[in-house]
Amino acid sequence: MSTATTGMSTKRRNGAGSKRRNGAAPGSETTGRQRQRWLPWAFLAPTILGMGLFTLVPIVASVVLAFFRWDIISAPSFVGFDNFAEVVQDPTVRVSFLNTIMFVVVAVALQLGLALALAIMVQEKLPAWLRVFFRSAFFFPLILSAASVSIFMRYLFNEQFGVVNWLLSFVGIPAVPWLTTPAGSAAVVILVYVWQNFGFSFLLFIGGLASIPTETYEAASIDGATGWRKHLHVTLPLLSPTTLVASVMAIINALQVFDQPYVLTRGGPGDSTRTAVMVIFESAFQRLEFGQASAIGVILTLIIMAITAAQFRLSKRFVFYQ
Amino acid sequence: MTTTSTQRAAVERLAPQRPAPRKKRNWSMAGRIVLLLIASVFILGPVLWTLSTSLRPPAESFQLPPSFLPLNPDFSSYDQVFKQLNIMLLVLNSALVTGLIAVGQMFTAALAGYAFANLKFRGRGALFSIVLATMMVPAQVTIVPVFMLIRGIGLSDTLLALILPAIPTAFGTFLMRQYFLGLPSDLGEAAAIDGASPWRTFRSVYAPLAMPGMAIVGILAFNYHWNEFFRPLILTISEQNFTLPLGLVSLQGNLGTGSISVVLAGVILSMIPALVVFMFGQRALRDGLTAGTGK
Repeated sequence: MSTATTGMSTKRRNGAGSKRRNGAAPGSETTGRQRQRWLPWAFLAPTILGMGLFTLVPIVASVVLAFFRWDIISAPSFVGFDNFAEVVQDPTVRVSFLNTIMFVVVAVALQLGLALALAIMVQEKLPAWLRVFFRSAFFFPLILSAASVSIFMRYLFNEQFGVVNWLLSFVGIPAVPWLTTPAGSAAVVILVYVWQNFGFSFLLFIGGLASIPTETYEAASIDGATGWRKHLHVTLPLLSPTTLVASVMAIINALQVFDQPYVLTRGGPGDSTRTAVMVIFESAFQRLEFGQASAIGVILTLIIMAITAAQFRLSKRFVFYQ
Repeated sequence: MTTTSTQRAAVERLAPQRPAPRKKRNWSMAGRIVLLLIASVFILGPVLWTLSTSLRPPAESFQLPPSFLPLNPDFSSYDQVFKQLNIMLLVLNSALVTGLIAVGQMFTAALAGYAFANLKFRGRGALFSIVLATMMVPAQVTIVPVFMLIRGIGLSDTLLALILPAIPTAFGTFLMRQYFLGLPSDLGEAAAIDGASPWRTFRSVYAPLAMPGMAIVGILAFNYHWNEFFRPLILTISEQNFTLPLGLVSLQGNLGTGSISVVLAGVILSMIPALVVFMFGQRALRDGLTAGTGK
């Protein structure tokens, strides 16, 4: 394969070389090189200018804004670390960050566990058409909008008429007040989120499993490892790079959860399902406290950066690379 | 390569062929299929319920037992959703926003990705690191300044407010750079020796070869922006600029007062384009979603 390509390109290069000998003047090469100096910037201009304006400037601006008090109407005034101090002491913000952390821990654990178990089951010996069906089915929720999903899930979790409670009644569980109690609401937000997002981790695990050489399993089965023990001692260690990437991505995405709690519960009852991004949204666009909203955003970004940095540390220490 | 296949052959020859484990394996496969089928029911069930409830007369929406198969479809909810909601306008807005973002991302990402992969210039590595670093900051965090900026340039409450900031894409640029790095570099050398300008080399040699990569960028952009809720919620104000998810959430209402089957009919309609992408571009979507995760 590679020899064929080289052969072909050599042939082309020879042809091209002879053509140059006939045509191009030696002077044109220097102008070409001069043109090349600004040429990369022409290619980059749309992206660099656009990102500068709509990403970099806003990043800097939101850090700066975190030190100002501004309600859009009156002029902004510098307040130092006041916004951070107020935000850290604000009970709603505190509860929302705690909610977010609880949400991330439970949702990510469920998402990864489910994705890993299903990926292992799908990747083992299975009729090809069934494998395609299961993969597509688990992937399917990823193409839906979180808002639409939350819209129909809200009906499914209705206390009196919802399908979920109707199904639970068959196993003798009385109607669960899903969306009217703090614990029920938190559970619904987690379930709906995991329902939609586990397919992403599933895809990553499928990719990771496919890269484990079959010889490893054959060697393990000769050594007498079977079933779950085989997965415990072979799959899990060899899958650790994928698991790390999948968990970091799942954590970062879950930290930014907004659509599901907004549509399902509006953060309630009380503050029980209010999340970090929801308080950013509310303090900026409902209470017009843009400085405080930016301060909350800066805190959230620092948390995300810390997790990303921790990923690099962890991957050096614990991940088993082949 | 050859050593591993001979090793495998040797392993196969050495492995004792016992009939007992095979039978056991069949049982375990059946068990696995049952578990996987249960999982698929939990995943597809809610969507099927949504479809079949949208096809029931509005009065029967909350009737138990629920229906999961639309045996006697009734389209009155679909009539209603067109009456209660300017759904054609929502579809048009969503299509315009999503389409322009997707096309814009494909072109700008291809150009920038090509520059980072194949052109040499000062500060290339540093600039690419900055592009990658911006991916760490979530869009929700920069939304306040973006909102101010949009107001400042007089675009507030327009569709352009949704489109313009979404076109420059760090992830798309990264993806296209990887794609161009995967193409043989002697193609460009050959074209340059032929006397083609760098722009021609890109336009006639590399861009056509990079179409599959651009398709991935476009499909990812479509999937994300067709479904997005957060930015439209903040950047649009009047109902005539709403996109589909926003319109549907407002139809359901804060207290869930909207007629169920009508809301669900709207939900089903909004899924159709995503379903088309799912059927024809699933592969590209999967590759795009898992790109850059070390696979």
